[in-house]
Amino acid sequence: MNGLTPSTLYLATAILLILMGLAAVLVKRNLLKMVLGLSLVDTGIHLLIAALGAHPGRTAPILDDAKYLADPHTLLARVNLVVDPVPQALVLTAIVIGVGVTALMLSYVVRLYARRGSLDIGEIGRLKW
Amino acid sequence: MKQIFSLALLAITGWLLWSLVPYGQATEPGPVSSHYIAHGLQENGGSNLVTSIVVNYRGFDTLGEVTVLFLSVAGAGFVLRRRSGQRRVAPRPSSEFVQTGARMLFAPMVLFGVYIFVHGHLTPGGGFQGGAVIASAVLMLLLADRDHHLPHGFMGWLESLAGFGYVLTGFLGLAIGGSFLANKGVLPLGQWNRLFSAGVIPIIYTLVGLKVGTELSTLLDVMVDSGRDHGEADAHGQKGGAA
Repeated sequence: MNGLTPSTLYLATAILLILMGLAAVLVKRNLLKMVLGLSLVDTGIHLLIAALGAHPGRTAPILDDAKYLADPHTLLARVNLVVDPVPQALVLTAIVIGVGVTALMLSYVVRLYARRGSLDIGEIGRLKW
Repeated sequence: MKQIFSLALLAITGWLLWSLVPYGQATEPGPVSSHYIAHGLQENGGSNLVTSIVVNYRGFDTLGEVTVLFLSVAGAGFVLRRRSGQRRVAPRPSSEFVQTGARMLFAPMVLFGVYIFVHGHLTPGGGFQGGAVIASAVLMLLLADRDHHLPHGFMGWLESLAGFGYVLTGFLGLAIGGSFLANKGVLPLGQWNRLFSAGVIPIIYTLVGLKVGTELSTLLDVMVDSGRDHGEADAHGQKGGAA
């Protein structure tokens, strides 16, 4: 890696987010903070995937300008103008699934708190082996 | 010991991500992406390529995604369901300003959500984003007026109809266009960059927007409701000295 290019910055930020989330899951004992950590891991992965398809100097994959509507023989020229749309579509899916998973985790936390009156994972030892 | 183990795990994960992800090496999109970029407009008519991929090329995947979202909301609703015998506490009402402001903002926010998912094939956005905006409007209403309740029957019907419409559109594609969720031949692709273009993509994204909006709103309603129950349980627990 030579110098601080934007893609190095994306990669470093994404890995930092993932590691922060993982550290929260491993170290914290509060269930809410663990859910927050998993959410951070999720965000880091989204950033990683979305940035994988990014190319410097290209624009969003929305062909709403007349310059994209050229003759059929310049169809392939479009490929060099916009970034890769596939990672963005995959991240769109992943964000929605992440929201659903977080909602389900938080519901479990609410239920556990109602039963135990505590958010400490150390006090939930019945499934421990 | 535990700390050392955690640190080692973090270090290994970080090293793997940093060194193994082929980052910044791709100078141009791969063959599949190149096909989508070069021919997506001709094949689908929508100028937003991400929407073309999500709703058409990978439409079946999106149907599965909507199902996963439904399952997680159903799971959350099941976990947070009200036990019989639990009484609802009357929450302290919020101020007149908050209630009036929330009611004033509700309609424009829903309208903005509808705008986002109706224009999903032209501008950034789509069914999931528009649905999330609608759900946040509902959340605002629920937080401002604690006695407010969603009509669960109506929401359930709307959600079911939207999901049914999505599958029905898929089978229409199978019958007319030759494959499940096919776009070509089912509806005309229309003119570039117009609202009524891109065949079935706006229809599917409208249905997805309705489904996601109702699902997330129901989820928020269940969560706000359950918070009231537990507020009551806490009050009792503290009185008894158990907490």
